Amino acid sequence: MTTATTALPTPPRASKRRAGGGKLRALRRNKLALTGGIIAAVFVLTALFAPLIAPYDPSQPDFGNVLAEPSAAHWLGTDDLGRDQLSRIVHGARASMQVGLVAVVLAFLVGVPLGLLAGYYGRFADTAVSRLTDTMLAFPFLVLAVGLAAILGPSLTNATIAIGISQIPAVIRITRAETLRLKHVDYVAAAVANGGGDGTVLFRHILPNATSALIVQATVGIPAAIIGEALLSFLGLGVQPPAPSLGVMLSGAQSFLAPAPWLAVFPGLAIVAATLAFNLLGDGLRDVLDPRGATR
Amino acid sequence: MTKYLLTRLRQSLITLFLVSVVVFAGIRALPGDPALALAGEERSPEALAAIRESYGLNDNVVVQYGRFIGHALTGDLGTSSRTGLPVADAIGQALPVTLELAALSLLLAIVVGIGAGVVAAVRRGKPEEWLANAIALIGLSIPTFWLGIVLVLGFAIAVPVFAASGYVPFGTDPVDNLRRMVLPAIVLGSGLAAVVMRQTRAAMLDSLSADYVRTARAKGLSRGSVVGGHALRNSLVTVVTVLGLQLGHLISGAVVTEQIFVLPGFGKLTIDAVFTRDYATLQAVVLCTSAAYILINLLVDVVYSVIDPRIRLGGAR
Repeated sequence: MTTATTALPTPPRASKRRAGGGKLRALRRNKLALTGGIIAAVFVLTALFAPLIAPYDPSQPDFGNVLAEPSAAHWLGTDDLGRDQLSRIVHGARASMQVGLVAVVLAFLVGVPLGLLAGYYGRFADTAVSRLTDTMLAFPFLVLAVGLAAILGPSLTNATIAIGISQIPAVIRITRAETLRLKHVDYVAAAVANGGGDGTVLFRHILPNATSALIVQATVGIPAAIIGEALLSFLGLGVQPPAPSLGVMLSGAQSFLAPAPWLAVFPGLAIVAATLAFNLLGDGLRDVLDPRGATR
Repeated sequence: MTKYLLTRLRQSLITLFLVSVVVFAGIRALPGDPALALAGEERSPEALAAIRESYGLNDNVVVQYGRFIGHALTGDLGTSSRTGLPVADAIGQALPVTLELAALSLLLAIVVGIGAGVVAAVRRGKPEEWLANAIALIGLSIPTFWLGIVLVLGFAIAVPVFAASGYVPFGTDPVDNLRRMVLPAIVLGSGLAAVVMRQTRAAMLDSLSADYVRTARAKGLSRGSVVGGHALRNSLVTVVTVLGLQLGHLISGAVVTEQIFVLPGFGKLTIDAVFTRDYATLQAVVLCTSAAYILINLLVDVVYSVIDPRIRLGGAR
């Protein structure tokens, strides 16, 4: 018994570094995941350094040069107000990434503690949290977002909140399932036997070992949030014009489909590239971090 | 079996109750006077007093909630502040449009998804499988609203085969109706088709390597009969379940699709209600949509439990 309690808490930490290096190598060997990772990184860097990358001011109209075709001066053409499309896409990527990250962080801040609570304490806590999850899942994403936009008013912040809330149930379920699984693992039992309080057990032993599943969930959540932002902005419930957002650009492009089809093509391609990249990266991470989820 | 059904029904009723509370509370959580919100643009003191009276806003909250539910159950969903007509009528008009759209999308997803899934499984390792997988991955990554715009560009503007907007009832002119519904159905059905294709492929790969399929082949049955009669039939159980679980996404998807193609359906009603601050309509559509969503999920679970006893035993614990 004594040998078990002293020996058991060590494995997770000591082996982590080496295992992590192997995982990174495995990820690098996966060509699709690597491509996804590179595109995702480019997207993130573009969002970070948008003002340095964009060749023009994204909201500066040029009425002498409206609906211009792609050219050397304006690589992706200009819109109905003569604004440079490339600059607007670069700045739009910033809004996308902002929503993607903030919404996922929001969902994790609420979902992880609730999932831990439900999984660890069970009984009433579990029932209450599960009913809450069911209620949230009873609202299709758009209906929830539309309802919130109606109550809070349409804006980027409220769209972010709506997207974050819509991702909470998934985070709760994953954290709960991981907690249920880890609760009965030997080193957690050992920690309890050693007199570790609930806080110690949950945050030092269970949560760190649930990270893999949560990282995978984040890589699913970010592209979903990027699409969500574009969608809500497209419907007029997110970023408000004239601020640049990929969704706002597509919404505006609808009025000029015949004379300027490129206005509808490039922002859409940017969204597809970003979501595809994060999805590929996520698939790769899932294979590496969470072998149970890998099928075929 | 009965025990499982009762448990599942009880859970659904609790969820439905919580949803109705959220919807009821949501409209009252608006900053300021709910009468102002319900009134929309009409804001004279008399109108507000009339609204307070007709909605019973002077009573206590529990009484108000009881009345709200009582009315909803008898089909009285309030009056639209935008049109002044009963919300139930507006929903009655919008529903056939959305149902037709959903039915066409579903048909497309089933035909294309199952077809491509079978081909991908049978032609494993061949270019056909690679192609089907690539299309499915792209189908899942393209946002529906952008796909809609691209299809309009291609098939309504560049090559004007289909119409890009508007609705004509099927009864009035079936050809024109379909001409206008094909693109929206493709947009709404594409994601679903991709999911169905992936599931069919996975289930078919399982079935094709099963013993009974090998036996059927050994008996000398034709390839078509083995694939269609044995492997596919047994794969359909999984596919049908996944399809059921995805039905809810059709509701979200319809909102966007109807917005792009200007179809006067349920989704358009919802979005219009938001922008005209028509809270009575919004409250009703959100309640109806969520109730439908809960009902669909319940039906799927019940059907699944009939097909697969393991679920029933696990869930009844």
